[in-house]
Amino acid sequence: MMYKHMIGKQSNKVKNTVEKGMVKRFVESIGDPHPIYTNEEVGKKSRYGKNIAPPTYPRVFDYGVIEGLILPEKGLIHGEQNYHYERPLFIGEEISCYSEVKNYVEKSGTNGRMGFLEIVNYGEDQEGNMIFSEKMVTIITETVRKAMCYE
Amino acid sequence: MSNLTNLQVGDSLEEITLSPVSRMDLIKYSGASGDFNPIHTIDEEAEKAGLPGVIAHGMWTMGNLSKVFTSYYEEGFIENFQVRFSGKVFLNDVLTLRATLQEKNNETFSFKVNVSSQSEKVVMKGKVVFVTN
Repeated sequence: MMYKHMIGKQSNKVKNTVEKGMVKRFVESIGDPHPIYTNEEVGKKSRYGKNIAPPTYPRVFDYGVIEGLILPEKGLIHGEQNYHYERPLFIGEEISCYSEVKNYVEKSGTNGRMGFLEIVNYGEDQEGNMIFSEKMVTIITETVRKAMCYE
Repeated sequence: MSNLTNLQVGDSLEEITLSPVSRMDLIKYSGASGDFNPIHTIDEEAEKAGLPGVIAHGMWTMGNLSKVFTSYYEEGFIENFQVRFSGKVFLNDVLTLRATLQEKNNETFSFKVNVSSQSEKVVMKGKVVFVTN
């Protein structure tokens, strides 16, 4: 059970800024250039009183490094993605981000034993309140795991 | 503009059909997200990974899917957004984004969401919980 011993391990917190220019580029890349994200006037008049970032934006943040966690460079399959928000992210705010190995299981399937690695990324405001979490389930096939052991 | 509170269970939000997936879409997303895995942009690398050609980032597709809700941010925000990736997306695929109201409870609206390709193959499905508090 390759990653079993990593469960519960966390990275150190990294401070990230929700940068307007980065958000602008991000929303353009997903074809979602709504003024609520980048137009200051629209942001001010909105129910939030400021511009917000779209829900999948946390992909951009730096979550630090979980010591000892070595992932295969190739062949990972993204199985699931799950965001939870207490409120939207605001443009210009600072978010402290970190990452945790939440779970690892192996299951036998038609392609041998598949590993399911669950990593959760967290984002907190500067008072330590949780703003969002982002759970990713990555599937690691037996072939990929074996290739890694022999490299 | 449509209003979320007028929606009834079973109603769908306005579906969105994207332009055919282009390599430039994926290059732009790589740059914007910082995910430079070459299987999304370079044919040779995709082939080395056993794929017939480059595939879209799952997160690009998920990012697109969230657009169905953008016009409702004046009423609330997405509290939960959960998807399972069930199929690969290739260049020139034409994706349609859909959301259907499944449950309504005071300030909480639960939607079934999915993305399907031109052949109606579902490449992503999941759930969005939108709250108006």
